[in-house]
Amino acid sequence: MKPASGNGLATGDAVLSARDITMSYGGVHALKGVNFDIHRGKVTTLFGENGAGKSTLMKILSGVVMPTSGEIVLDGNIVSFSSSSDARDRGISIIHQELSLAPNLSVRDNIFMGRELRTATGLDFAEEARQARALMAELEEDIDPMTPVEDLRLGQQQIVEIARALSVDSRILIMDEPTSALSATEVEVLFRVIRDLTSRGVSIVYISHHLEEALQITDYAVVLRDGAITATAEAKDIDLEWIVRNMVGENFDLGSPPTGHEFGEVALSIEDVSVVDASGSGYSVVDHLSLDVRAGEIVCIYGLMGAGRTELLEAVAGRVPMAGGRALLEGEDLSGLSIAQRIGRGLVLVPEDRQRDGLVQTMTVGRNLSLASIEAFAKRLFLSRSRERELIDSSIRKVTIKTAGGNTMIGSLSGGNQQKVVIGKMLTTNPKVILLDEPSRGIDVGAKAEVFRLLSERAAQGLAVVFSTSEVNECLSIAHRIVVMRRGRISAQFGANATKEQIMAASGEAVIA
Amino acid sequence: MSNVSQAAKQSSPAVRSEGFDVAKLLLEGRAFFALIAIIVVFSMLSPYYLSVANFLTMASHVAIFGILAVGMLLVILNGGIDLSVGSTLGLAGVVAGFLMQGVTLNWFGVVLYPPVWVVAVLACMLGAAVGLINGVLIARFKVPAFVATLGVMYMARGLALLMTSGLTYNNLGGRPELGNTGFDALGFNRLFGVPTGVVVLAVIAFIGSITLNRTAFGRWLYASGGNERAAELSGVPVKTVQVSVYVLSGICAAIAGLILSSQLTSAGPTAGTTYELTAIAAVVIGGAALTGGRGNIRGTLLGAFVIGFLSDGLVIIGISSYWQTVFTGAVIVLAVLLNAVQYRRRSKLASSTNGQSTSQKRGKAEAANPAHGKTAG
Repeated sequence: MKPASGNGLATGDAVLSARDITMSYGGVHALKGVNFDIHRGKVTTLFGENGAGKSTLMKILSGVVMPTSGEIVLDGNIVSFSSSSDARDRGISIIHQELSLAPNLSVRDNIFMGRELRTATGLDFAEEARQARALMAELEEDIDPMTPVEDLRLGQQQIVEIARALSVDSRILIMDEPTSALSATEVEVLFRVIRDLTSRGVSIVYISHHLEEALQITDYAVVLRDGAITATAEAKDIDLEWIVRNMVGENFDLGSPPTGHEFGEVALSIEDVSVVDASGSGYSVVDHLSLDVRAGEIVCIYGLMGAGRTELLEAVAGRVPMAGGRALLEGEDLSGLSIAQRIGRGLVLVPEDRQRDGLVQTMTVGRNLSLASIEAFAKRLFLSRSRERELIDSSIRKVTIKTAGGNTMIGSLSGGNQQKVVIGKMLTTNPKVILLDEPSRGIDVGAKAEVFRLLSERAAQGLAVVFSTSEVNECLSIAHRIVVMRRGRISAQFGANATKEQIMAASGEAVIA
Repeated sequence: MSNVSQAAKQSSPAVRSEGFDVAKLLLEGRAFFALIAIIVVFSMLSPYYLSVANFLTMASHVAIFGILAVGMLLVILNGGIDLSVGSTLGLAGVVAGFLMQGVTLNWFGVVLYPPVWVVAVLACMLGAAVGLINGVLIARFKVPAFVATLGVMYMARGLALLMTSGLTYNNLGGRPELGNTGFDALGFNRLFGVPTGVVVLAVIAFIGSITLNRTAFGRWLYASGGNERAAELSGVPVKTVQVSVYVLSGICAAIAGLILSSQLTSAGPTAGTTYELTAIAAVVIGGAALTGGRGNIRGTLLGAFVIGFLSDGLVIIGISSYWQTVFTGAVIVLAVLLNAVQYRRRSKLASSTNGQSTSQKRGKAEAANPAHGKTAG
């Protein structure tokens, strides 16, 4: 085990290196002076929690985005990629975490998208199809190259994505969560392909939330936390426990469960709820799940991506239909009620993606804040401007939004303050139950602490709080109870005194004896 | 906490002082300055342009487009488009003309001559019905607005042609003994010297402005046009809002149809052809974004006046109608270009202070790929 430093290992075998890379989005620093080496002909795995900056670093190394500052060194020369195709021409390709396939096109056309094989008169479809078939054979996947990608299941789409990266014959291959939708056998095949590639001298960067799986394939481990490299080691020197310890790091104090108040009656009761996958595959993303939350209680739902957290919360809020079961608010069945009616009765949802679902970018901070409580300042037909202003000013104060005032455009706020606007908007409706889907996503640790403080204050006043997270530290902050979700079900429940290892084990992330 | 409100008070003058930026002022008030420029230029080119009588004549031309444009603005604020308003205008005029001829009820052996106000109400209800069809197609059956209203545009025009066999109702005067006179009032009467059409436009614009700025419906419209998903999660009845804007647009088109046929003293089935495009142009020149959520009545009215005063001015100075078409097109392109500049400036300002794209994409990935999971234990 080596001390935390990007240069801790011999750099002679580095084919591609990041030197002192910084990446800032406005006031938010996604990467802070990162040094990262990709070892020639080896697998280097980057570990880190959500939002640690892994994907940002990979996007910089593959030319998708330009760093704010710092250098990229390829074969000892400082380079600068103007685009991802520039990087691809130099032998670097990336398998993105989000699939970047055109669903309407065939497997063949997706693999050769943007670099179609030409003949004198047009495109060489026959050769493209032959190569596509060969790639599918290499990946041991029985997919006809002419199949439209939208007809494939998610795992097969991921295989196509991998095949596209392999088809380029790159020297450096970055794989950002390549296995998230693959079956165990498909993962084995992929690992065989990876070993084959490394034996031919291809350098691989691997990113995965499946720590054990990654540990099987990797030669080097690098841990990224809050935009900085915290540890680097050779795989043979480390174990799972080392990774978890370095990933999670020291606890930043996000608060503790509020005490001194009695829990009230059951405020929200989720009974046997199932939600079917929106893509129509019939797969249950939430599977007969039941959960009760009392007034004044804070419940944290922990789970990996795809565990069904978002679907559960959206189904309870009325955003997506339930395939079975029901939700009750203070004993009243919510089935058949619209989102607006649920808000009126006191159940609100703060969505996961605030840009897409939380904010109206064309409106001011104030109008975003007052959007869910228009009835509160409507006098018969008309809106009372003075009452609206009072409402906005008091929300800005209560939620401590740092803004020049209610008339500022929402886009000028920092991520953390935007998130406070979304939360403030829902709290202004005086709810009985608030559901928050990853409330800390993409906000800095200070704003995180403020959001949690706000929630625990409101819980002490009798609000039932349910929030989801994929960061263990956040579970172990203000929550009275931790519910771990895995494959649409509750796999374990813990009190506030649970350990990180227990929680992560229950989620399927890491099994530590 | 008091620190925050303190900071807010101290920094608000700074926010206001940005308003003195001359480029920004010219950019944001471009429709207004364009209108001033048009009036100044044509007043210099023609001695007849700058007179109260001419302005009132031009204004009564603008009234038709203005009323259509107010309805169109509501639809565009919602992020939609209504291509059917020109046809709805024609259909409403034809139906009004038909009703003025008397309705023969064979079963009872009588001919009914509805009074003018009944004719007007029925025409408006027809406009509302056409809008309802648009709205239901778009909100309930998820037909893209462009396609739905394109289809309805053809159907309404075809119905108008069928009803009249392609002919025009020339006799809209009614007869005193039947009690159905007064249809010409909409086109020719004046209130304190102002043509009725202009008064109607002013009333509609006033109601529209109040609705957008002072009612819950207006707030819902801006919110659902700006971000439908966020509005829905905030309890905004987005479907109702969507249907309503098309209904309102249909009613505006019917009102415009009544005024136009009254001004022309005839109701023809081809009236209002391509007017929907002029209405869209007025809204766009007025600074509204076709993506929804941005725009206001004041800008839209200015846009309608820019188009109307420009084309009438070109007529007055004797420029060929072919050139008029070219000029109008150029103004529209220029307006859209400036809209793009303005919104790019805004989004630059916004994006420079909020990042997080990585984590949001990740969020989308999770939402889009719910099967992501531990299948590969």
